[in-house]
Amino acid sequence: MRYMMFVVADPDATAEAEPTPGDLTIEEWLADVDGRGKRIIGERLRPLSDATTVRVSRGQVLVTDGPFTESKDWICGFDILECEDLDEAIAIAARHPMARGGKLELRPFWPGDHA
Amino acid sequence: MVASLIRLTGDWALAEDCVQDAVEKALRHWPEAGLPRSPAAWLTTAARNRALDVLRRRRTERAKLTERALLDDAARTDKNRDDRLSLIFTCCHPALPLDGRVALTLKTVAGLNTAQIADAFLVSESTMSQRLLRTKRKISHAAIPYRVPPADLLAERTDGVLAVLYLVFNAGYGQPEGRLADEALRLVRLLADLMPSSDEARGLLALIMFQQARRATRFDAAGDLVPMEEQDRARWDPVLTAEAHHELRRATRSGRPPGPYWLQARIAACHASAPSARATPWHAIVPLYDALLTAQPSPVAALNRAVAVGFRDGFAAGLDALDALDADALAGYHLLPAARADFLRRLGRTREARAAYEDALRLVAEDGPEARFLHRRLAALPISQGECT
Repeated sequence: MRYMMFVVADPDATAEAEPTPGDLTIEEWLADVDGRGKRIIGERLRPLSDATTVRVSRGQVLVTDGPFTESKDWICGFDILECEDLDEAIAIAARHPMARGGKLELRPFWPGDHA
Repeated sequence: MVASLIRLTGDWALAEDCVQDAVEKALRHWPEAGLPRSPAAWLTTAARNRALDVLRRRRTERAKLTERALLDDAARTDKNRDDRLSLIFTCCHPALPLDGRVALTLKTVAGLNTAQIADAFLVSESTMSQRLLRTKRKISHAAIPYRVPPADLLAERTDGVLAVLYLVFNAGYGQPEGRLADEALRLVRLLADLMPSSDEARGLLALIMFQQARRATRFDAAGDLVPMEEQDRARWDPVLTAEAHHELRRATRSGRPPGPYWLQARIAACHASAPSARATPWHAIVPLYDALLTAQPSPVAALNRAVAVGFRDGFAAGLDALDALDADALAGYHLLPAARADFLRRLGRTREARAAYEDALRLVAEDGPEARFLHRRLAALPISQGECT
């Protein structure tokens, strides 16, 4: 099963204090997930000040500056995971450094979009 | 039966349809042919054959694999226990919405129909059927695994299952008829049987049994709540209470530190063993609440502890203990002002008691059993001087 994992930053989150032993750095997380072939692709994204929203209304392309939601949370990266099932994806997300202080959203792919 | 078909086909809708189909076939067939020697086996075979038919017609690669699994399983021994456990864990998966977990557990594990579940939660049948559909869809769309969780997840996921089952129980406990409470007892009994090494499952079983044993006395003839102090202890179910004590003893054998359900069951056992309300061993109950607050801090447990302190050390001490609670955490919870009102009443501080009862009344549903109880208490207060105007 393929999942899109959105990495979400929460500006209001109280910075998770001291890391506990066993917490992974992003490099360690990548090494683990890539080493097991669980990640198809993943990238970090530039901040909302660099975002552009596009929509079309009555044939007119409307381009606006910034994100399309009012929410303070913003997606700062993503990874596409290939997992056995949701429990495996949850375990991978729980080890991501942004799980502390930020959050991760797992979205299963609509089937048929990949071979 | 649905459980084993789900495991084999991985398809909830197919499994349910096939079982439904088998039941209909039985209803047509049995009256003429007579009851088969083993009705359950007959139904299982009929449902499995129906699933095979459907899968053959689909002719896809995946259907072929599933078909093989079905045929293999027919030859294999009973995997019933694993199936039922897997079903419970899947229905109670934390990625599902809580109301969906409750509904799906009642539907597929307890075997209630959609109308009965809708009834129990006071929603329309179509709302409930949508809720069930959404929940089942998420299981398949998000690939929630159908299995008993592996060892590293088992304790955490078992807690989740117990929480759902206790929620079902409490939803039924507030109602005089309480069909849900019966279902919850049945489900927790099943879970404790399936997981004999889980002390918490057995602890919850004992807790629910102690509470159910008092059921006949919790409401009076008019359907009004009767507080434990005034319940007729002679009418507490002695068989269920004895069974609860037995389960509680069985749950203490693992040597692991006691969990929250086990501790709550111990507290319930203290009440159950007391020959009268006056003889309640409050000195034993307060330390159990202390342990409970360590195992699982919660504002409600803290409130219950403060009440126990009042009965152990005197009502004035109880009021101090209530005042020391985190009022913000309990904001909106009617039992905090109700507990204050009760201690004030017992201390003869009538005017303050009246105000506290009125505070509590603002936090409960009008005309509900809680509101009727508070009104009765309020009406029974003596009229104090200065109030006769």
